[in-house]
Amino acid sequence: MTADIDDDRSAPGRPRSRWRLVALVLTPIVLFAVVLASGLGRDPRALPSELIGQPAPTFSLPRLDAGGAIDLGDLEGQVVVVNFWASWCLPCREEHEALEAAWGRYRERGVVILGVSFEDTDEGALAFRDELGGDWPLAADPDSRTAIAYGVFGVPETFVIAPDGSIAAKTTGAVTYGWLTREIESALRDGNVE
Amino acid sequence: MSGRTRTLAVLVAAVAVVGLATVFASGGSDHAPSIDDRVHEIGAELRCTVCLNLSVADSPSKLAGEMRAEIETQLRSGRSPEQVRAFFVDRYGEWILLAPTRRGLNLLPWAIPIVGVLVGTALWIGFVRRRTPRDEVAASTSERARIERDLANLQEPG
Repeated sequence: MTADIDDDRSAPGRPRSRWRLVALVLTPIVLFAVVLASGLGRDPRALPSELIGQPAPTFSLPRLDAGGAIDLGDLEGQVVVVNFWASWCLPCREEHEALEAAWGRYRERGVVILGVSFEDTDEGALAFRDELGGDWPLAADPDSRTAIAYGVFGVPETFVIAPDGSIAAKTTGAVTYGWLTREIESALRDGNVE
Repeated sequence: MSGRTRTLAVLVAAVAVVGLATVFASGGSDHAPSIDDRVHEIGAELRCTVCLNLSVADSPSKLAGEMRAEIETQLRSGRSPEQVRAFFVDRYGEWILLAPTRRGLNLLPWAIPIVGVLVGTALWIGFVRRRTPRDEVAASTSERARIERDLANLQEPG
């Protein structure tokens, strides 16, 4: 009978059956580890924005560095860089230089950089500005309604709004000068084509 | 055989009890939910973006409070819970939902335990089936000969 032969081979303690058992136990564990490893290596906040290509949520925010308000509607036809930041956020210090350089390079071409304060006090935000300098407009975001509308996870996050009012690009974490020039140039190009 | 049937019956009964308990436990009370209840219900499904593993309903953070305010404003303006959820998903992506929507690949977390139990049960049954007959009868002829020889040897010296 074939059962006899089979029994003989898979008798407990025989190497072949032990390997089969080891494989049976290890395979799911290894698969599970692979799934975990591939997921755990990723930054849970480095997500592509759902808003790319969508119309930028409108806002009218009180200015921090000057009187009055800043209304996105007034900036139609211009490239707008919206930078969510806070004085308590370390990467926001890191990226400050890049924003300053981009502002210096593009303000003459009608590009607006707007700093939107996130979960911060007005005093804290202004002290940060005094300390690090810069003269691009800053706005407060009462009740974080604009941050929520833009799906901001945490600061810093930076959005580039194209002249047609759609969101062209978004980045999480300290923004670099390279990213800013690339995305601003591309938004300016698209604006010129139309 | 009857022992195995009894085990199976006990297993089925246990699964039925747990299943029914789950169904009854999740069937909520009848009173009309207040606005706070509704905000809490939606907030409990949304991830607090500045926390680790906390829902918008549970987080004491300022931003979570502002998100609850946003939910309340939208509910008061007549939007349905589905529309409010969609508002957040449109902005933050599926990431904002603490539990993924149950469709497509997202079903895996629900399917894997069930598949695991089924596969495990099948393997176990197969293992038991293969084990039992060998213990009772199946010794190969060579083994039988050896056992008989050993038995004979045992009896001989006394």
